[in-house]
Amino acid sequence: MTEAVEALAAAYIDGPVELSVAGSQVLVAQAREGAPLDVVITADAATAQSLADLGLLAGDPVRFAGNRLAIAVEAGNPLGVGGLADLADDEITLVLASPEVPAGAYTQLALERAGINLAPDSLEPSVRAVLAKVKLGEADAGIVYATDLVTGGVGGVEIPEDGNLTTDYFALVLNREKADRAAGFVAFLQTVPARTVLADLGFLP
Amino acid sequence: MTRLLPLRLSLLAAVGVALLVLPLTGLILRTPWTALIGDVGDAGAALRISAVVSAVATLLAVGLGIPIGWVLARGTFRGRSALRAIVLLPIVLPPVVSGVALLASLGRSGAVGTLLNNLFGITLPFTIAGAVIAAAFVATPFVSLVSEAGFRSINPGLEEVAASLGARPWRRFRRVVLPQAAPALAAGIVLGWARALGEFGATITFAGNLPGRTQTLPLAIFFELEQDPEAAFSLSLILVVVSIAVLSAARHSWMR
Repeated sequence: MTEAVEALAAAYIDGPVELSVAGSQVLVAQAREGAPLDVVITADAATAQSLADLGLLAGDPVRFAGNRLAIAVEAGNPLGVGGLADLADDEITLVLASPEVPAGAYTQLALERAGINLAPDSLEPSVRAVLAKVKLGEADAGIVYATDLVTGGVGGVEIPEDGNLTTDYFALVLNREKADRAAGFVAFLQTVPARTVLADLGFLP
Repeated sequence: MTRLLPLRLSLLAAVGVALLVLPLTGLILRTPWTALIGDVGDAGAALRISAVVSAVATLLAVGLGIPIGWVLARGTFRGRSALRAIVLLPIVLPPVVSGVALLASLGRSGAVGTLLNNLFGITLPFTIAGAVIAAAFVATPFVSLVSEAGFRSINPGLEEVAASLGARPWRRFRRVVLPQAAPALAAGIVLGWARALGEFGATITFAGNLPGRTQTLPLAIFFELEQDPEAAFSLSLILVVVSIAVLSAARHSWMR
């Protein structure tokens, strides 16, 4: 989503957008402690809801994009990973996002639905850390967002429909003095040009 | 007889103390005392792992850091300043950089890591041994720094006397130098241990995070903060209390 938001901010003509990029749960904590944020984008409903529960929002969360989960492997997939079930192999060094962060919560949900029990070697603090461990060759495989795989440096294995799920991105307008202008940016996220930017980067509507 | 301190210095010191004590006070005020025992019980594995990792890392840091301190204090060779700068680097590096450096060298695809893997089948990332290495990497410079200062401050005359009496270098080091430097060495050991206990960034980068295997107390606190902030406060307080207990117990051995 980092790349997408940078592209969206660049495409937004009604004013400069200053970006602060971090994991959803970090952004929630920052907003809670009074960081000067006008719009917060979170990767799941739970983090969006936690800001709503704190009474910090000027309106309802707006879902503006979706994603899928995928398996990141070493480029060329030398271990021949074919799907989630293959990750249960003890020989495979597996890293997952920690369940405290959205990607980890989605991973846990997908695995539960598929009835697969995995023994990861590490629960990483962010999905970016999962991708980094695979890119660096420290881990053989990790579960990331499908859009993470277009960045290169890793190989990807799709997770078929029945073991996958659609993730949700929410844009939240915070209850601050610039809420009107912030709402303008969130409205832009739902326009055709913005959707085109997102679709080009592999995001789902 | 108590001597009067300059007022300005005392005031600045008071501001400094307030700056250091304020966050601790906040921590104590936010700690849910009623849930403390339960929270700590849940973190039993992280406590155990932290105890083991910090203890073994301290042994490594002492075994390697004291000789480094000795070489830096007594060695007369070109490049000693450069060597000191390199040895002390982990003190000032952001810990995550230390973690990245460890991955690049000792990771599975790192220069030495590849050798370890091919020759002995050893991989360090995502293991408790990796957590020990990460903690030792950041703790050793503290031991070197303080022990070098200790070795420099002792009276070389006694060593010369011992030499004139026929004591060989190793014996002189053990019987004359070490006892004199003991208070400084103790300070270095305690600082190194405290640093190893608190280590976070290099550990999570190099050794990963798996509850029951590589998740030390600081890592558990980091993840609890997102799941159960109250428990994070309890665990933080435990870490603070343990650290204060050890620092003040050790104080007597070097601040006389």
